[in-house]
Amino acid sequence: MKHLDEYRDEKIANALVAKLKSKATKPWVLMEVCGGQTHTLVRYGIDGLLPAGMEMIHGPGCPVCVTPLETIDKALTLAEMPNVILATYGDMMRVPGSTTDLLHVKAKGGNVRMVYSPLDALKIARENPSREIVFFGVGFETTAPPNAAAVWQAGRQGITNFSLLASHVLVPPALRALLSDSGNRVQGLIAPGHVCSIVGLDDYHSIAHEFHLPIVVGGFEPVDLLEAIVLLVDQLESGRAEVENQYSRSVRVEGNPLAQTMLTDVLEVCDRKWRGLGEIPKSGLKVRAKYAAWDAEAKFGLADKFVEEPKECISAMILQGRKKPPECSAFGVRCTPERPLGAPMVSSEGACAAYYQYRRYESAAELAGGAR
Amino acid sequence: MCLAIPGKVLDKSLLNGLLRGRVEFGGIVREACFDFLPEAEPGDYVLVHVGFAITMVDEEDALSTLAYLRELGTLEEEVGVEEATP
Repeated sequence: MKHLDEYRDEKIANALVAKLKSKATKPWVLMEVCGGQTHTLVRYGIDGLLPAGMEMIHGPGCPVCVTPLETIDKALTLAEMPNVILATYGDMMRVPGSTTDLLHVKAKGGNVRMVYSPLDALKIARENPSREIVFFGVGFETTAPPNAAAVWQAGRQGITNFSLLASHVLVPPALRALLSDSGNRVQGLIAPGHVCSIVGLDDYHSIAHEFHLPIVVGGFEPVDLLEAIVLLVDQLESGRAEVENQYSRSVRVEGNPLAQTMLTDVLEVCDRKWRGLGEIPKSGLKVRAKYAAWDAEAKFGLADKFVEEPKECISAMILQGRKKPPECSAFGVRCTPERPLGAPMVSSEGACAAYYQYRRYESAAELAGGAR
Repeated sequence: MCLAIPGKVLDKSLLNGLLRGRVEFGGIVREACFDFLPEAEPGDYVLVHVGFAITMVDEEDALSTLAYLRELGTLEEEVGVEEATP
């Protein structure tokens, strides 16, 4: 774990921690939504700097982690088809499906390519006109417009050997599901800055109002998170429940209208299963019927086949913020980034991977004790 | 893959119907699409996510974030290794 003296902005961080300690009078429970924020929090031990009793719950904001097993299996089925090249983001390569993962399919001769952008996949399609190129696109509202743009561009250029296996999820419906749960302990929320750069703040204003919940749109660096926590505690201590923007440098109230237009032209809202959380109504995005020729599910007639999650994996509890990774009996033993049981151990944004990378040598008992 | 990384716009032009250009991320140069941010001009700092510029940022914030990512050692990973052409 890093310590305060290793922060680049040590003075600012120190001042924020002091401010927090002087303000907080109750053991507030806050959630950081985004996996990138979880990563920073665990790496810099920010949860350990909070006033006694205050707790950070790690939210479901890791798109790789919440992609359902059934969808991973569909990608694996496609990757094993002889004429298909399956392209996807690097994080998806090692996510275990029900029997194998994309990296193993690739090792056995399957044509799987890691790409940085959906436009890279489109380029592969242009260069391989006799092959079918499927782009396995996951992600939240930030990633959906670029993936939609690839479909739109394929349509415009008449590229017919490209299709999208879409597994997009929307943050607000998942937050509503978590906050409505009878076991919910979250009293304040750090919302993901990059998602808000695209969609704006409207949905978050509604959530703050509906649940009387303070929300701060936050960044991804240690000082960003500390600032967001101070703003949340300020609101909680004074009984306010508003949306504040700590990350104002990139988030505009209206978001990015051009990206939103692209998203709604190509994709539409649908019910979506979240790995660990189950089916959440209107929480996903699928390819619109007018783009069916570029929708891998329609093109290849892929059917949903229900599969059980590995029994020992507690990723459901992790993604709901009910348990911390070291409380899992498989953590660091039968589940490591090299041999993951569940997706949160794979993605760099997954909570299990963050704890494994920065805290696996600390005693599990100590962490479990400190978590409650 | 979820993060958006700040970089400086080097150039911008219309190619195959897409507004494309090069962005420099602390010495690493990558292609990016400007369809969602056509107002960005060479010299501006933008946040880029999976090859798409999504919003403007100011220079000070951009340089600070780049220094942070460099310190973490994740800058190369975040901006990808392959270049895209439309």
